[in-house]
This record gives sequence, C-alpha cells and structure tokens, in this order.
Amino acid sequence: MIDIRSLGKTYRVTRRPPGLWPAIRSLWHREWTEVAAVRELSFSIAAGERVGFLGPNGAGKTTTLKMLSGLLHPTSGEVRVAGFEPARREVAFLKTVTLVMGQKQQLLWDLPASETFALNGALFDVPRQLFKRTLDELTELLQLGQVLEKPVRSLSLGERMKCELVAALLHRPRVLFLDEPTIGLDVTMQSAVRDFIRRYNEQTGATVLLTSHYMEDVAALCPRVIVVDGGTLRFDGALSELVRRVRPHKRVSLTFSRPVDPGDLQRFGRVITQDGTRVTLEVPHQELPQVVSAAMMQLPVSDLDVTEPPLEDVLRELFAGRSTEAA
Amino acid sequence: MSLLTMLQRRVRVIGALLRAGFANALVYRAEFLVWMLTTNLPLVNLALWSAVARDGSVQGTEGSWSQRQFAAYFLSALLVRVLTSCGTVWELTYEIKQGTLALRLLRPVHPLLAYATEALSPLPIRMTFALPIVAALLLGVGWEHLSHDPLSWLLVPVAIAGVWLMVFLVMCLVGALGFWFDSAAGVWEGWFAFYTVLSGYAVPLDLFPAWLRSATAYLPFRLMLALPVEAMTGRIDHLQLLHGIAQQVAWCTALLLLARATFASGLRRYATFGA
Repeated sequence: MIDIRSLGKTYRVTRRPPGLWPAIRSLWHREWTEVAAVRELSFSIAAGERVGFLGPNGAGKTTTLKMLSGLLHPTSGEVRVAGFEPARREVAFLKTVTLVMGQKQQLLWDLPASETFALNGALFDVPRQLFKRTLDELTELLQLGQVLEKPVRSLSLGERMKCELVAALLHRPRVLFLDEPTIGLDVTMQSAVRDFIRRYNEQTGATVLLTSHYMEDVAALCPRVIVVDGGTLRFDGALSELVRRVRPHKRVSLTFSRPVDPGDLQRFGRVITQDGTRVTLEVPHQELPQVVSAAMMQLPVSDLDVTEPPLEDVLRELFAGRSTEAA
Repeated sequence: MSLLTMLQRRVRVIGALLRAGFANALVYRAEFLVWMLTTNLPLVNLALWSAVARDGSVQGTEGSWSQRQFAAYFLSALLVRVLTSCGTVWELTYEIKQGTLALRLLRPVHPLLAYATEALSPLPIRMTFALPIVAALLLGVGWEHLSHDPLSWLLVPVAIAGVWLMVFLVMCLVGALGFWFDSAAGVWEGWFAFYTVLSGYAVPLDLFPAWLRSATAYLPFRLMLALPVEAMTGRIDHLQLLHGIAQQVAWCTALLLLARATFASGLRRYATFGA
C-alpha cells in the first residue's frame, strides 16, 4: 500500500546571525544552507497495517508524512501510495488518503462541525446515502451525539479532535496518515481516540501510519514501528523486538514478607530500586524464567510483577545512540 | 466520467462551497458591516467634490460636473465597490505563511476555485448593504443624473461581474507572491494606491488631464471600477460599455492564466521548500 525507496528531502534555508548589521547585510547577500530532513529512507507498509512512526523532534516524521500525502515533493527517491505518486495530487489519490494533523484543523471554526462534514461530503463526492451511513457510524463510534450542532469554537479540545477525525474519514480513505492525533488530549480522550482508530482499522481494513509522542498511543495501536532519527531509518520491525533490542532486560518487581539483605539480591539481577520490603530488579530476557523460579523458592516473596521497561525509556536510549543498530 | 457527470459534480462542489461560505459570512455579519464601512472612500470624495462644485460646475474633458452628478458618480462607485471588493489576498498570504494552505491542498478541489466561492458567498449580504445606496441614488440624486439607456442597464451587471473577477484575479496573483516573500500583502497596498487614482475611485477619470486619461485606456484600473460607474451615470453609452466588457474579458483571460501559472509555480516552491 505504501512503498518508499531511497526517499530524500532537503530544504534550502537562509542563515543569518543575530544583530543589526547581519540584518542589513542580508538585504543584498543571503547565505543559504541545505538541511537534509529525510535521507535515503526506505520502507514498505502492507494494506491494513497499523504502523507507528517514531522519532525525536526534527527526525523527519512530519516531512515524510507530508511527502506521502502529496504536500511536499521529494528531493530524491520514489514514493508510491496505493499505486499513486503523491506529488501529482490526482483527485483519485486525494480521495484515497487522509492526513490528520493534531496541531492544525480543517473544521470551519465558527460553524457547527456538521457544516464541515457536509462540505467534505460534497468535495469528496460521497454519495448521499453513503455519506449519511458513514456519518452515523463515525458519530456513534466516537460518541459525538449533540456535539455536531455546536459551533466548533465552543467545543473542548477532545471533542474537536473527534470531529477532525470524522471530517477526515467521511470519504472512507484507505490510507490514514495521523500526525500527533492525540496531542493535548487528556488520558480518557486519548484512550477514546486510540480505540476509535483501532476499530476503524479493523472494520475498514485501512492502512494507518501514526506519529505520536505519547508512547501509549503506539503501544496500544501499532504492532509494528518504524523509527527515524536525523532523517534516516533506525529501526523497522515489531514493537516487542525494538524493546528487546534496546533494552534486553525485563523488570521484576518483588515485594517481600520481611526485609531481605541487599547482598542476597545481587545474584538474581541488577537492583534498580530498593525501598524497605519492595525491590525492582533488571533481569536479562532469556534468564527470566529461572530467576523468577529461584526467587520464589529462595526469597520470602509475597508479590511479584514482571514488566517491560517504559517505551519512553527505550526510545530515549535508542536516540541517545547507546544501543541497537539499524534494522 | 461523462461530461454531464463532471458538470453535475462541479455544480455540487460549487454549491457546497457557496453554502459553507455564506453560513460563515452570516456568523461574521458584524465584522462584515465594519469592513464594508471601510469602503467609504467614495463618500469622502463625494463630500470633497461637492464642496468644489458648490459655486458652479467643474469642467471635465467630456462634460461638466454638478454637485448632483458627483453624487450620482460616487454613490455608483460605492455600490460597485460594495458588490465587488474581496479579501482573498490577505486570506491567501495568511494561509501560505501559517501553513494552513496544506489543508486546502488535501481536498480534491482547486484552491483558487475555493477562494473564489468564499469571496462570492457573502454576495447576498453585500446586496443587503447595497440597497440603501441604491435608494440614495434614486431618491437623493434622482433618475435624471443616471443613464436612460435600457441596454446599458442590462449590461451593467455583466460589467460589475467583470470588475469582481478582475479584482479577485489580481488578488490571487498578488497573493500567490506570498509563496516567495512574506510581504505580498504589501504589494497589494502598492497596487491599491495606483488603483485608487487610476480606476476613478478617488477622482472621476473625466477630470484627469487628457494625456493621463488616454493612458488609463491601456491599463486595467478603469475596467475595475469606472466602467460600470460611467455606464450607470450615463457618461458612456451601451456600445462603449460593450467595448469595455470585451476588454474586461481579455484582461480576465490574461489574469486567469497568469494567476494560475503563478499559483502553480508557487505551489511547486511550497512543495519544495516546505508546506
């Protein structure tokens, strides 16, 4: 569905030191510099996949999404989305994809969201019956109810984002590019939006490429992640594999019925924290069964919990360059 | 897709854009009224030129101008401005600068068509504001200072539509310069300074020196205001008006091609340097 080969995007930007003289000098002499936002990026995404697109700020995520949706022309390489070349912005292509940008809105600000929906229905040439059916489905899935008749300016951020999703999906796109769709939302609303995206994907078989700084979004939605940093690919594979590569340890939290000498814990794994009768150990993945079994037998364990390290920590470590290699 | 289906789709799209634009204009009716009041320059000029003509008629190249004739001219000019002014240049440059133009580009409709319908959709509200001007023309000035040529009156709406289209296309052309530099709206201000003088907005072109008046025949400004005004006030006949409309068509064609090419080139730059 999405196929990228050696994709590159270089911006040419002006540079000017601060101060009055450089400002005056820039009137007749401009210094240009080239910034490579995306370099030699290649990946493929099959129809129906939900893929997380991760990277720190300035990694090239949004630039890539804009190239995929036809807003930016690549400097080099090839892009195909659903068989189309996005940069040509053919009508059939625009009807096939959607781009939701959490920080930009397409809803008409002073009118009820239903006005934007009606407009999009006409612009995307959605037959009346299908429009009504899709709108009913989407509003039910997102539990929008009376919200549709209120002016957009009077909606909460969460309600607005739900309406943005409806506006973006009314034409039933087969490819969804979601750029920070949960930004600024509270935990409950984030969860609602995540549930909706998953159900939409399952019901329609649409392909989803999602960027988010909220790792819960990625963990809950995306079995596969693509990680970029500095415009280049750092990892492409299963989320669990990313975690295993970057942090080849699991965390074992133990609660004891009586205090345990710290010296006795070293042989089970690296002690991360110890607070009275509670301790957290870091244990290599492959040693986990033996360690848990031994701890249960040799220590006064009253409670035990095994967790993956937080995804934020994994990515921080990945971007710090301490671990892993490009897949 | 058959031609009929394509036409039906286009009509449906334009209808939807006009409906949304009109609903938006209704929300902004108060701001719209204030904005309309800023097009009051003809009233200022009316007061000015009425004072000049208080002690007798002012002699123009092709006739004299009494106070009532000035009133007929400037009220007609106000009517044309109320019906034809638009804000596309500011909207376009703002959206380019803020990056919100990207959202338009994701829709399967040409952005210039969307801007056109948004500029046209407040027309019913504009007409409401135009009614008192028409009343002032008929009751305050009197029919004797307006054209008595029925053919001219039939052609005046066409000429006003031509004025609107020329204003809109120039705004698109200047607004598209926003793809290259931030101060494109400033270019419009420069253009408007020339427009104010050379379109007959500030001074009837008949009062210009002969050399300057003849120069306006080769420029677009007269066709962007004075043409329908001169027809409404009976200073040109229907044949001269028809000739002016033909000139409007030629200018509109050239401006449309230029605006489209500039916009397309700007979009390529937008897509190259960052959307």
